[in-house]
Amino acid sequence: MHMPEDRPILKVRNLRTRFKTDRGIVTAVDGVSFDLYPGETLGIVGESGCGKSVTNKSIIRLLPERVTQYDPDSNISYHGQNLLELSERQMRSIRGNDIGMIFQEPMTALNPVFTVGWQIEEALKYHSKLSSSRRRDKAIEMLRLVEMPNPVKRMDEYPHQLSGGMRQRVVIAMALCCSPEILIADEPTTALDVTIQSQILRLMDDLKKKTGTAIILITHDLGVVAQACDRVIVMYAGQVVETGGVRDIFHRPRHPYTRALLDSMPKPGAAGHQKRLPAIEGMVPSLFDLPVGCRFADRCQRRQPACEAALPELVDPETKSVTRLATGRTTPSVRCFYPLELRQTKERQV
Amino acid sequence: MSNQSAATQSSPPPAEAPAPMVRVQNLVKHFPKRGGILNQVIAKVHAVNDVSFQIRKGQTMGVVGESGCGKSTLGKCVIRLHEPTSGKVFIEGTDIGSISSHALRKIRSRMQMIFQDPNSSLNPRMTVEATLREVIKLHQVVPAGEVDAKINTLMTKVGLRLDDRKKYPHEFSGGQKQRVGIARALAVNPEFIIADEPVSALDVSIQAQVLNLLMDLKEELGLTILFVSHDLKVIDHFCDSMLVMYLGNIMEEMPCEDIHAHAKHPYTRALLASNPVMDPDHRAELTVLEGEVPSPYDPPAGCPFVTRCPIKTARCEQENPPLLDHGNGHRVACWEVKLQ
Repeated sequence: MHMPEDRPILKVRNLRTRFKTDRGIVTAVDGVSFDLYPGETLGIVGESGCGKSVTNKSIIRLLPERVTQYDPDSNISYHGQNLLELSERQMRSIRGNDIGMIFQEPMTALNPVFTVGWQIEEALKYHSKLSSSRRRDKAIEMLRLVEMPNPVKRMDEYPHQLSGGMRQRVVIAMALCCSPEILIADEPTTALDVTIQSQILRLMDDLKKKTGTAIILITHDLGVVAQACDRVIVMYAGQVVETGGVRDIFHRPRHPYTRALLDSMPKPGAAGHQKRLPAIEGMVPSLFDLPVGCRFADRCQRRQPACEAALPELVDPETKSVTRLATGRTTPSVRCFYPLELRQTKERQV
Repeated sequence: MSNQSAATQSSPPPAEAPAPMVRVQNLVKHFPKRGGILNQVIAKVHAVNDVSFQIRKGQTMGVVGESGCGKSTLGKCVIRLHEPTSGKVFIEGTDIGSISSHALRKIRSRMQMIFQDPNSSLNPRMTVEATLREVIKLHQVVPAGEVDAKINTLMTKVGLRLDDRKKYPHEFSGGQKQRVGIARALAVNPEFIIADEPVSALDVSIQAQVLNLLMDLKEELGLTILFVSHDLKVIDHFCDSMLVMYLGNIMEEMPCEDIHAHAKHPYTRALLASNPVMDPDHRAELTVLEGEVPSPYDPPAGCPFVTRCPIKTARCEQENPPLLDHGNGHRVACWEVKLQ
């Protein structure tokens, strides 16, 4: 894949998202920074509660304003403006137009009482100047683009008449109808069967190549990451713990958490059949009660006394220099005092 | 018991062949769809279509397939949470379809179910202790004086801390809740467990913990398990053999361990190919399955898989292929897979 331009279209810096709750203030996203480049698929992977969805809902500002606080030095820079400072009115023209969204459960993203065609046309009505008949043509064209069978007939059908895979195609068509520069896909295939999942992943990849849209793909599924992403951010308890190219992450993981996650997946093949899986013992710490040191320390097999004393920063695993910002396209970074050495990780076979 | 001799020949009898723990014979389950002004039955969903298989004592059988393939219905019919439309289920030779409700309750204490979502299968108003106590008392597992000790044993066995006895389900994480569900199933000392997607709602790191727990318990207690899941990787890892279902039919039964080498049916092969491999250097080619599962109200004539099959012939559209025995516990329903 070639990169037309090597300047990020989205720069996230020190994103800290806090929620006011009955039990006090909780920091769901704690200092996340990254760049998104045109035409790439950036994967954000982690387990429930790691902050991957909140990160992206912060970008499109879909969190309830009343209970959400962003740190003053948090910055999400898109075409020179800080998205965190825009009014709801300004955000509305960015959502859909410049940044499209796909969510996990297509049924909740679609309105059950309107036809598929009506819903795609509605997006065009707000974000384009097309006449109503042109809008219908464009909507049919979008359904054709997402390889919907019988696009003309489907225009007049309601969401309940479609299967899960077809609904997700409609949602993708809606998200892409204004040719957004960025597409945020939050667990887009989690609710789908595997054969349909592979269809949708292939479709997203085809569309990315055709339109050059940059994709942020949020998922808990490492298999999906390996199949679909160019770069990967691994999150744990609200923080980035490792970033790198997809090959770095899968073949040369440096953070003990990344490595443990990969190892704990059951793999087809005779080698590990009916053997105990190398599980990660314990649980993710509560965001209300975070340790002083490394957040993964109590589950980590490489834990040393230093890990519990202070929180490691994101560093370049080779030079150990602080990268702090998990930015740039190529530099890997890891939040660990004792990252896995390259020779240790080389033994990892997928 | 007379049916014992009619055991299918799907697996070669070992030296001293133990009686199958579970034998399912021509099981059919149709759900009626009602409609119209008279609320008459206007269609039938063929959820499970003439399914036969057996599980030997101590074996783990996986059932894998996509949503709507009938895998959960099959599990519920085996334990008689659904009444089958026709066909028989034998638990150690006893036909559980023909016994009285009293006898059924007795036999239920030998078979238990673990559900997918512990949030909906645990009573939110009952503590762990109360949940377990209820089951133990109902089935009179131990004398009244030993109930507390039994609760402690169970909680230790599934890896729960004893000081969590008084906690309610909402105070636990997803993985812990599933442990409570497993403890409840084990409370009656069952021999046979049906696990319906037991790890699907859990995070990756927790999924491995619960799979390990089930594996240990199986070894320790010699459990026979029917493991229902949509995840081929999990089934392949955990089970001795698996059934691949599609639209209520068994397409293939085969030993696990090396599914890449075993899988013969085009649907099984497609499932394998669609499963995302955790290796960025081996990205899936474009050989994914086109189209979607047909409606179970209106399954295709002939082979159920014919609408999506990459190797179909004219015959496949006319006749449903029988599930043929290929030896070594391998059965395949496909006209194009030849007996060797």
